[in-house]
Amino acid sequence: MPNFIMSYLGSTVTPGEAGNQFWALVYVFIIFVGVAVAVLCMNWIERKALAHFQIRLGPMRVGPHGLMQPFADALKLMLKEDIIPAEADQFVFWIAPMIGLLAAFTVYTVIPFGPSQAVSDMNIGILFMLGVSSLGVLGIVVAGWASNSHYPLIGALRSSAQMVSYEVAMGLAIVSAILMTSMNASGTGTLSMIEIVRAQQQQHVWFIFKFFPLGLIAFAIFAIAMVAETNRAPFDLAEAESELTAGFHTEYSGLRWSLFMLAEYAAMIAVSSIAVTLWLGGWMRPFPNLLHASAWDFIFSLFPGLTFGGLAAIAFIGAARMPAHSFFRIQRIGLAVFAALLGFIALLLLVIAVAGRSADMSLAARFNEGIGYVFWFVSKVAVFMYLFIWYRATWPRYRFDQLMKIGWKVMLPISLGVLMVTAIVGVLVS
Amino acid sequence: MSPAINSAVSTINSGMAPVATPWFFYALAGLAVASGVAVITRRNAVHAALALIVTLLSVAGLYLMLYAPFVAGVQIIVYAGGIMVLFLFVIMLVNIERSSKERRFNRMWPVALAASCALMALFVSAFVKGRALFPDRMISLPESSNTQQIAAMLYGEVSKTGQYRMGQYTFAFEIASLLLLVAILGAVIMTKKKI
Repeated sequence: MPNFIMSYLGSTVTPGEAGNQFWALVYVFIIFVGVAVAVLCMNWIERKALAHFQIRLGPMRVGPHGLMQPFADALKLMLKEDIIPAEADQFVFWIAPMIGLLAAFTVYTVIPFGPSQAVSDMNIGILFMLGVSSLGVLGIVVAGWASNSHYPLIGALRSSAQMVSYEVAMGLAIVSAILMTSMNASGTGTLSMIEIVRAQQQQHVWFIFKFFPLGLIAFAIFAIAMVAETNRAPFDLAEAESELTAGFHTEYSGLRWSLFMLAEYAAMIAVSSIAVTLWLGGWMRPFPNLLHASAWDFIFSLFPGLTFGGLAAIAFIGAARMPAHSFFRIQRIGLAVFAALLGFIALLLLVIAVAGRSADMSLAARFNEGIGYVFWFVSKVAVFMYLFIWYRATWPRYRFDQLMKIGWKVMLPISLGVLMVTAIVGVLVS
Repeated sequence: MSPAINSAVSTINSGMAPVATPWFFYALAGLAVASGVAVITRRNAVHAALALIVTLLSVAGLYLMLYAPFVAGVQIIVYAGGIMVLFLFVIMLVNIERSSKERRFNRMWPVALAASCALMALFVSAFVKGRALFPDRMISLPESSNTQQIAAMLYGEVSKTGQYRMGQYTFAFEIASLLLLVAILGAVIMTKKKI
């Protein structure tokens, strides 16, 4: 058994492909914890960034600069009374948040954080992702219906109409990216997430720049449709607070409400991962073919450590700039400890980068490689997560007829056109 | 990578039994049947629709067990994701509570019973006589084959599905899409008063 567990450490395939259930479970656990932590961070960053966009301070009380605010919120939500309306359909009301959460988290099975850093590589990867993420709308629809109240029902109907409409344009944009995967030597396309990134590696181009501007247009269509798919501003009509109080989750409270939030943020990370995998080269670092000397490999492998080092420096500066008043002493100590923690992680990453710089495929080298893959993937996804906040701070909400008009009369024809032109150009080139 | 690790990985790659064990089949099939029964016994239309979603998803799982991942993916994306959302949408818009209390004027159950008995008979006869009727569809799997080898031999893989669809069965495929187009046109004509 130890051999069975240990043997995977040097493997170059995903646990699913190796048929190793133990490591598959470990990966599932890591991804679950990682996504939960990412959602907590996202919660804090969103509140802080929105506040600064609007020239406010945002959460400042719980922990230094409100760093402990997400934990306080989570604790509050868990302790809150769990209200089920008397007229609600008990069973469906109970199961609705779980449908959304299950759909959002099941998608992570096929997300490739690296060539072997995924739970499994499916033959139908992207199709599976699309299908399962489209199940998320069921949770919203069912929640709105089970609440047996007007606002949630209207919110649910709006969101189902919206998601069904934008799924079409989104699917067509994805198909045009999948067409591009067949432009390699073997001439066979693929739906597997890992193979899609490998295709970009082989063709020496991210698909966003392929057949310029076709890849860019398809990417833009997807980037708009994914905001609509996750019910985020400016397409957040399902939970338009000025019209529908809170839309489909008006009647939800406490832990169930937080499950909806968790599902929403997990779905945001998942769709961003699709965009990164299909158009932005997935786990690949910038210029893997142009700057491929081992010196460049070493320089790029320093990036994770330097990023954490930069964060630690910012935290240290924050601690140093705290007002010199006894009231801020605990906050200052807390921030300094947080900075020290970040600095320790940075040091650890730098040590791994230095120890694993040789290409002898030792365990340290493989570890270093894996950290690089995950780092570049996550930082690309992080850009999208920041964009989600930026959109929310910048644009007003669409009217429903405008939303439908954009979906059916603008996005759908453009994505169909891009698909056709991509196919024609692909045939002409090959 | 050290050679010892390498060989251990390769033994894992080749030696693992397929995940598709009978337990998965019985669980999925039982779930499909139980939720299928719930679809027709639930009075509440939304509950019935939810049960139908469970049926469709467990059938998708059965397709996966038959090494047909593409069919499973399409089953999820089209039926469970697309069509059932529209079903729920319609159920919520139409006032089901009133119409379910009214007495049904159509007595369809004898016909339905006969039709389902005929379908059952077809399935049973295919199960019993299938080997004799379609000998060219028999696939003999070697004893030591693993998941990847089996998947490569069957035609459930996406690339093979595409090749069949755009090669051997192009005509049937296009006819089916024409049928869908006619249905779409019919829906537009029925709902629009003025075209």
